[in-house]
Amino acid sequence: MLQMSETNPNWEAVIGLETHVQLGTDSKIFTSASTSFGDEPNTHIDPVVCGLPGTLPVLNKKVLEYAVKASMALNLTVAEHSKFDRKQYFYPDLPKNYQISQFDEPIAENGWIEVEVAEKGKETYIKKIGIERLHMEEDAGKLVHAGSDRLAGSTHSLVDFNRAGVALAEIVSKPDLRTGREAAEYASEIRRIMRYLGVSDGNMQEGSLRCDVNISVRRGPDAPFGTKVEIKNMNSFSAIQKACDYEINRQIKAYETGLVVKQETRLWDEGKQLTKSMRSKEGSSDYRYFPDPDLGPIEVKIDLREKWRSELPELPAAKRHRYAEEYGLSAYDSRVLTDEYSMAKYFEAVVLAGADPKSASNWITGDISAFLKVKKQDFTNFPFLPEELAEMIQLINDGKISGKIAKEILPELSEKGGSPQKMINEKGLGMITDIDVISPMIDELLGTFPKEVSAFRDGKNKLLGFFIGQLMKKTDGKVDPKLANQILNQKLRG
Amino acid sequence: MTKINANDVRKVAKLARLELSDDLIETYTLQLEKILEYVAQLEKIDTKNIPPTTRAVEVINAFRDDISQNTNIREELIDLAPHREGDFFRVPKILSE
Repeated sequence: MLQMSETNPNWEAVIGLETHVQLGTDSKIFTSASTSFGDEPNTHIDPVVCGLPGTLPVLNKKVLEYAVKASMALNLTVAEHSKFDRKQYFYPDLPKNYQISQFDEPIAENGWIEVEVAEKGKETYIKKIGIERLHMEEDAGKLVHAGSDRLAGSTHSLVDFNRAGVALAEIVSKPDLRTGREAAEYASEIRRIMRYLGVSDGNMQEGSLRCDVNISVRRGPDAPFGTKVEIKNMNSFSAIQKACDYEINRQIKAYETGLVVKQETRLWDEGKQLTKSMRSKEGSSDYRYFPDPDLGPIEVKIDLREKWRSELPELPAAKRHRYAEEYGLSAYDSRVLTDEYSMAKYFEAVVLAGADPKSASNWITGDISAFLKVKKQDFTNFPFLPEELAEMIQLINDGKISGKIAKEILPELSEKGGSPQKMINEKGLGMITDIDVISPMIDELLGTFPKEVSAFRDGKNKLLGFFIGQLMKKTDGKVDPKLANQILNQKLRG
Repeated sequence: MTKINANDVRKVAKLARLELSDDLIETYTLQLEKILEYVAQLEKIDTKNIPPTTRAVEVINAFRDDISQNTNIREELIDLAPHREGDFFRVPKILSE
């Protein structure tokens, strides 16, 4: 689908994303130091992390497994032969003055994912986004700038190497994205896939998932590319969208007023909602990659690769399609249910326990999600078991409880779990479905309202609602409304 | 044949964050050229049928298991640095990226 800039139809934006995903292993990529987040500075360091002479990095096999699984989930071709290279640059967060990364032989290349682009008030569409490559590398440490809250004006800096050497997968998209919304949806789909795989928690606030955006604009799809600008420092999907949209407009405006768009790195300022120049890219970024002599090459054999492939879960896009086709759910419901793996798993278990998918979807995305949101929990350790929700849905469908009663008992069930049937028995909440019980109740009711009865018989049909209302009021809504309607009709008309 | 000039040396020095006077640039240009000439002898060897290699011992798939361990030498490691401040490594003011 061709998408022109929303504000200016003569321009097209070209956007590519570089996504760094922290792989959730216990130890670092090349050494056994812990990857635990949020501890005292420099707790998780050792001679390899600090890059001391004579140390030997050895690849964590789990990192390779996670990288290969992520690659397969992104439809990339896993390389038969791959290696690590040294990327040289000086910065105090990098203990060795080089980063171990992969240059010309990444673990995987040439894939794609399917992204569903949904935006309020616009038609939802599906777009295939190409992925250039995925490679493994080590993360850098963290800097604290002293004497100022920013680099500028600081007198010196403090270094914490806890994060240095944590495994990263860098995923590079093709320049297939055209709007801020597409970029945000792409990033959130990448995170969803990583979470489904269990290879990363994708927590953007803690930096487990970081996106850099490359963006340029051109006069239509056949025009040559404009100057590429890199944007950093976005820590939410909505920030990615807003930063892209801001930058697209900034560049168009620059071109249209005869200004130059410089090749540079810009930072997204969340407070001011704009991008600002960080520093022009000088020609000095010469990384002089060369193969790391400390690390031998990697050859993922077919049987190991296929074993890992067999462990991949059904992925979000496949689930979205299946929910729509197999269960007849709307695109919207399918999207909501598959957003988090734990919710999708729960939903499927409820359906497997015999509930109809539509009711299951309504309860899960409605009342139960609202309950969990308040409690700041997800479906992982939810005490109200899938079979129990299925049982509750069955009770409603069988007319044994009303939807209203179900909503009433749901908070307690969500809190503690348990059988809904047992709970309604204990609390006496079951619906009254016995004609021999309802019939005398209605006789008594009609006896209390003789005026209304004769009015009804004179043609005021609307009064039927009044009688039902009175009956429900008397019985706390426990009478089966369908049955009550029938009996009332019989008695009033008979 | 390999030839290195003063500008190449200036670039390499800049990348290595070395500040060199013009005299030293000249000295190193000559020295580096000699080194490159010496190494260039290797070009005489016929390597047509030898596959390229990047290390002396070709060990494929050397892995370790994902087990985290604390080495408990944090203090010694931080003390190795030229400057420490509390539990941090202290570095001078950062001038440019």
